[in-house]
Amino acid sequence: MKRFLIPLGLFLTLVVFLAIGLNRDPHEVPSPLVGKPAPAFSLEKLAEPGKTFSPADMQGQVWLLNVWASWCVSCRAEHPLLVAFSKQGGLPIVGLNYKEVRGDGGIDAKKLSPADETSLTRQRAGAWLSQHGDPYTLSVLDMDGRVGIDYGVYGVPETYLIDKKGVIRFKQIGPITPEALEKKILPLARQLAAES
Amino acid sequence: MKAFRVTLATCAAALLLGPLSPTAQAGEATPMAENPAVEARLIAISEELRCLVCQNESLAGSRAELAEDLRREVRKLIQDGKTDPEIKDYLVARYGDFVLYRPPVKPTTWLLWFGPFGLMAGAVIGLILYLRRRATRVEPARLSAADRASAEALLADTPPRPKDPA
Amino acid sequence: MIPEIGSFALVLALLVALVQGTLPLIGAQRGVPAWIALARPASSMLFLLIAVAFGCLTASFINNDFSVVYVAQHSNSRLPLEYRISGVWGGHEGSLLLWVLMLSLWSLAVAAFSRSLPDDMVARVQGVLGLVAAGFILFILLTSSPFERLLPGAEDGRDLNPLLQDPGLIFHPPMLYMGYVGFSVAFAFAIAALLSGRLDAAWARWSRPWTTAAWIFLTLGIGLGSIWAYYELGWGGWWFWDPVENASFLPWLVGTALIHSLAVTEKRGSFKNWTVLLAIGAFSLSLLGTFLVRSGVLSSVHAFASDPKRGIFILLFLAVVVGSSLTLFAWRAPKVSLGGAFALVSRETLLLINNVLLLSAAGAVLLGTLYPLVIDALNLGKLSVGPPYFNAVFTPLMVPLLFLMAVGPVARWKQASLAEIARPLRWAFGIAVAAGISIPFFYGGWSGSVALGMGLAIWIVGASVLQIITRARSSLPPRAFWGMHLAHMGVAVTVVGIVMVTQYESERDVRMAPGDTVKTGEYQIRFLGVEGISGPNYNAARGNLELLKDGQLVMSLHPEKRKYLSSAMPMTEAFIDPGLTRDVYVSLGDPLEGGDGAWSVRVYYKPFVSWIWGGAVLMALGGLLAASDRRYRLKSTAARADKLAAQGAAS
Repeated sequence: MKRFLIPLGLFLTLVVFLAIGLNRDPHEVPSPLVGKPAPAFSLEKLAEPGKTFSPADMQGQVWLLNVWASWCVSCRAEHPLLVAFSKQGGLPIVGLNYKEVRGDGGIDAKKLSPADETSLTRQRAGAWLSQHGDPYTLSVLDMDGRVGIDYGVYGVPETYLIDKKGVIRFKQIGPITPEALEKKILPLARQLAAES
Repeated sequence: MKAFRVTLATCAAALLLGPLSPTAQAGEATPMAENPAVEARLIAISEELRCLVCQNESLAGSRAELAEDLRREVRKLIQDGKTDPEIKDYLVARYGDFVLYRPPVKPTTWLLWFGPFGLMAGAVIGLILYLRRRATRVEPARLSAADRASAEALLADTPPRPKDPA
Repeated sequence: MIPEIGSFALVLALLVALVQGTLPLIGAQRGVPAWIALARPASSMLFLLIAVAFGCLTASFINNDFSVVYVAQHSNSRLPLEYRISGVWGGHEGSLLLWVLMLSLWSLAVAAFSRSLPDDMVARVQGVLGLVAAGFILFILLTSSPFERLLPGAEDGRDLNPLLQDPGLIFHPPMLYMGYVGFSVAFAFAIAALLSGRLDAAWARWSRPWTTAAWIFLTLGIGLGSIWAYYELGWGGWWFWDPVENASFLPWLVGTALIHSLAVTEKRGSFKNWTVLLAIGAFSLSLLGTFLVRSGVLSSVHAFASDPKRGIFILLFLAVVVGSSLTLFAWRAPKVSLGGAFALVSRETLLLINNVLLLSAAGAVLLGTLYPLVIDALNLGKLSVGPPYFNAVFTPLMVPLLFLMAVGPVARWKQASLAEIARPLRWAFGIAVAAGISIPFFYGGWSGSVALGMGLAIWIVGASVLQIITRARSSLPPRAFWGMHLAHMGVAVTVVGIVMVTQYESERDVRMAPGDTVKTGEYQIRFLGVEGISGPNYNAARGNLELLKDGQLVMSLHPEKRKYLSSAMPMTEAFIDPGLTRDVYVSLGDPLEGGDGAWSVRVYYKPFVSWIWGGAVLMALGGLLAASDRRYRLKSTAARADKLAAQGAAS
């Protein structure tokens, strides 16, 4: 009469899956870009108006691309860690300033001219970095979020670890924690630096 | 810019209609979308896509900023003449299968797509086999009469007794 | 002081529930009359204590006691009284308290309406209900007490989520929970029957009206939720296949299967094991739904603050309750007799097929709901399962079910012949095919899905009408007969609503300056302007529009765009002109530039949409007729038992 045990067996299987599910975050979406070349872009630098940066400039280096904005609350949480990390000089960090003006719910960006938006972006981002410290080798301005879409950004902050050949090797969703830095990012970065 | 152009169009329409019907200053409302055909396709596509930042909403229904940005991208891709699968591939390449509300059919989703029908087919076949076997095991009339009698007896066995006050 | 009384009442309630969950069960097993007799007073006491706790929380809400964390989070001094009262279940902690209140109410009802049942049966049923209640009260006390204090108290509350400030909150959760929790009675009867080894037709007869009653509430609860989403979300969607909706739909599907399977067990003594399993299943799915909603394992639009501790507790509780029930089932089921014989073509077989189809549909919904979680748990990535999947899989499973729904009631018990079934139905079939094919032509464009849906709906109604006429000619049929046909026709009505609105609804998203008109269906809508108004706790822009038909004013339309004082989130309050054959649905967008007072306005024309919920009301009414059938009513059953006993004594 084993068939009367079938419902119990099915139920216990279900409970196992539910228990595993309890430890997962349904909101964290792994990026399909890990293992793929970092999408190319060319964006104006924050500090040097008129000059652009593109990921190809970092060819031959292992580097971090950190998505940030001054309106982003969790960025403020991870920022001290980034500043401290940059002082150790381990890895170059490029900041992708994401929708500085348009992402701020308090501003009606539609009423601004493109020139006004650029200058407001520089002013806000610059002020924020001088207040909280600037861990970035350089920052670039993604004012309309187009590059963000190419990188699959769906929340700020997000951080990408990119290898010497320009391939994305890891993505941190949400603020970088000391734990994530020590246990995931740094060991992987060392390993990537050793690759030819 | 967009709003300005729409206003111009309305004014033009009002001017044209003006002499014909003196009372009607305003006329037929103008569609919000510049190109209703593109908009209709946008809605159809984005209803099958999931907004990433919201809890569980489609790209069509969400008011989140990212959803607006992505709708803008999709609109642009439609205008560029991309097909629906191309547009979906574009988003999957950036955000993964998670954006698809209709999961693609592949080995990991076979159970999802064919499971329910397999379950139904299996259950129907199992049911027929079971009923055949059952028919040989059940002795007709006798058991069913006994069953009925026992039910009657049970009801008879239980006259309402005085109960404790609840 | 009041919150502390509430807290204390909950602790006492836990003790009472533990007494109710142990002594009567042991007493029934060992035959101790004094312990058996505890069941009824314990259930009254339990209800009283939980009602006191619930009353205390309500009082804290009414008195704006913001020193209670839960009140401070879910209310505000400017919140109108009706939402301060319904705000009690506007969040996690309070809705659990409502859950337990409903459970104790069902337990009290069983005590009150089971005078004709054997005392040991009642004791076992109450015992099981007591154990379930104890689990939930413990859950509240350990992880989710609504009576926690905030010291010092808040100046003012954070306010109830504006989405919830709606009459929907007053009616939808209590109805839904009554349904959800009501399946605990069917479950308790099943466990009691397994424990006593008395799994027979009498058991089916006792638990059937309770199951139907729970099903009625669940049907209405789901319907109300759907209406609420329809008018509240601003674009008129009525079903989203969201995990939380699925969590309520799953017990409904299995509960519907249970009602049909109980019919066979009661009338023919067959499928007993199967029926017991369904009774356990329906309630297990209620518990599973509670887990899914409260633990945050799936992302849903109904976002409750999730706390891993809560998830672990409910999962443990679920594992213990369902695991032990299924173990008991596996132990007892092999000894249960098969029941009456029946031929392959018979009403029994058709009802079994009904069960197979309903459970396959439930399986599809469960699979789709949990699949993302399973794939993630197996480290195979993340994916989403949304409305396109559910529509694609659920619909094909419903078609044979709807087709057979008309056939089942015609077939005889034990043995039927295909010719006998087909003869009375051939007219219904002819009419259904003809109408199904032609209706879409009259209604703006042929469509296969409309033809199929309308054909099936007419097929069901036609078959029911034919049978009612035939049956009523000879004698007045019992209420159960009317109930069944009314519920079946309700399903048909819902199907009409679904196919018509899905296929033929139209949407216009337009810019409207004062005086502009837009056409929708056979109507014109004229925009007059927007004025500012202020409500009790919000300011709003209120649109003035006119609905015109052939230039005549039908009614004024006033959609609103609200800004609640306590939160920045703007809320769209759509305005609906409901009708039997169409709803006109208007929602206000944003003010537009141009200086001419123009706004963006969305206008929807939704044919037959109200039939979706009209059908649910018919189903519920059908259930009410069936549950109140003469054979279940207290007096007549008791009288009959008396008569039989007298006969027994005389002979």
